[in-house]
Amino acid sequence: MKKTMLRGAIAAAAMIVGAQGALAQDADSLTINGEIDIVTEAPAAAHLDGALRTVYSGWRFRSDETQAMEMDDFDNPGMLAVEDAMVAWNTAEGTEGKSCADCHGDAAESMTNVRAVYPRWNEEAGELRNLQMQIDACRTEQMGAEAWGLDKTPMLNMEALISSVGRGTIVNVAIDGPVADMWEQGRELYYTRTGQLELSCANCHEDNYGNYIRADHLSQGQINGFPTYRLKNAKLNGVQGRFRGCVRDTRAETYAVGSPEFMALELYVASRGNGLAVEGPSVRN
Amino acid sequence: MAENVTPRVRVPRSAAAGETITIKTLISHTMESGQRKDGDGNPIPRSIINRFTCDFNGQNVIDVTLEPAISTNPYFEFQSLVPEAGTFTFTWFDDDGSVYTDTKEIAIG
Amino acid sequence: MTFTRRDTLLMAMSATAAAMLPFRASAAVEDNIAAFTGGAAVGEGGITLTAPEIAENGNTVPIEVNAPGAVSIMVLAAGNPTPPVATFTFGPLAGAQQASTRIRLAGTQDVIAIAKMADGSFVQASAEVKVTIGGCGG
Repeated sequence: MKKTMLRGAIAAAAMIVGAQGALAQDADSLTINGEIDIVTEAPAAAHLDGALRTVYSGWRFRSDETQAMEMDDFDNPGMLAVEDAMVAWNTAEGTEGKSCADCHGDAAESMTNVRAVYPRWNEEAGELRNLQMQIDACRTEQMGAEAWGLDKTPMLNMEALISSVGRGTIVNVAIDGPVADMWEQGRELYYTRTGQLELSCANCHEDNYGNYIRADHLSQGQINGFPTYRLKNAKLNGVQGRFRGCVRDTRAETYAVGSPEFMALELYVASRGNGLAVEGPSVRN
Repeated sequence: MAENVTPRVRVPRSAAAGETITIKTLISHTMESGQRKDGDGNPIPRSIINRFTCDFNGQNVIDVTLEPAISTNPYFEFQSLVPEAGTFTFTWFDDDGSVYTDTKEIAIG
Repeated sequence: MTFTRRDTLLMAMSATAAAMLPFRASAAVEDNIAAFTGGAAVGEGGITLTAPEIAENGNTVPIEVNAPGAVSIMVLAAGNPTPPVATFTFGPLAGAQQASTRIRLAGTQDVIAIAKMADGSFVQASAEVKVTIGGCGG
């Protein structure tokens, strides 16, 4: 009896050590195609007020197998979407008979620093736009084409294309000036507990990143890797669609994709990743 | 024909005669397993790629039978001998009768 | 939520059915192996099956099979609703009797690879893959 208990105690101790060994982000570094270095760890921006010391890309919390799928474009199924979007980029549409390429030329040259600065204030329209809204504004206003709609497949594909050519550039979302109020609203949402489970974003992604939630590692919930190809549903997923999933899992009514609340939250969460590199289309579980 | 099925292959441009090279292939395909149900509870019929072959100058390299347990966007990596310069032919066979092919040239040197 | 007597009975019955499933699955596995080997004895060694010990998601699990000198290799997922996964047949120009792919696993289970060797003998390897249940799963 005593022996059994002792053995049990040793096993329990080993499990805790094992758990601690698996805690938090790993030390791997990310280079895509052997040439694009991705910053997956950076000192937290000053506007986080010390809430985090260091910010980490979600890539650092994934298993070796999932990580490997993002390290080579051939292995990354998200790059299939990028290829589809390249066709769309060069296809004339709408009443103006223009393609993206007619104004923007080669995306690999003109779009490298776009994903890194969105969501962003649009002075002309007088509104905060995320990248998807800007793409649809281009389509409806410049091309005279139909809007794709937020989180729709061609939209996610195009967002993936624009992200992919910007991989490696450092996220630098502006939080001051005309967006200051929305940023503040986003910050408030981030720290507000919602749902029957009474969880805020921060409860999981700030207080408990690196810990297990069931059998899964919680990340910091950074969005530098979006759109992201998830193994779970084998397709690209948008940021705000992911927000919906998170809020729903707190057992709350969620805000809609494109709502002012999620726009504010996207701005705030994006700014928490200032200093990390653009990584989309990333691969996650 | 299933929508948006695009094959992709990666083959080195050249090899030494008799060398063994690594080939990677990926094809966009939902690989509907036949195990799932739609929103109304009706089973979604199986629709998969059921066979993949790779040949070089008419000789077979690999011939794969795929079942519904192969993931969405089927991916294969395998080794081929390259006895001489020539053409790799890759063929995917869809449940619906569609056949998708891709070819890649390889030089010796 | 309250359970009626009938609900409880039904639940007990489905639990029993679920408990019986592994036996059915293993019969299916045996049938598949028998169809591949023609009932011949299956040895060990000479074949490697590489799979993650823990898969973050069962939808996309990378595996690799390698059996030098094999004519073909069959892969089975013992715990899937239908166990067959793939069969690799190597042609005269195969540079190695080796292949990698990505597979679906319905849950934690054994993955089995059986190689038919050039001399008509069979060898097998298996690996348990633990499929984790996502935290939030989105």
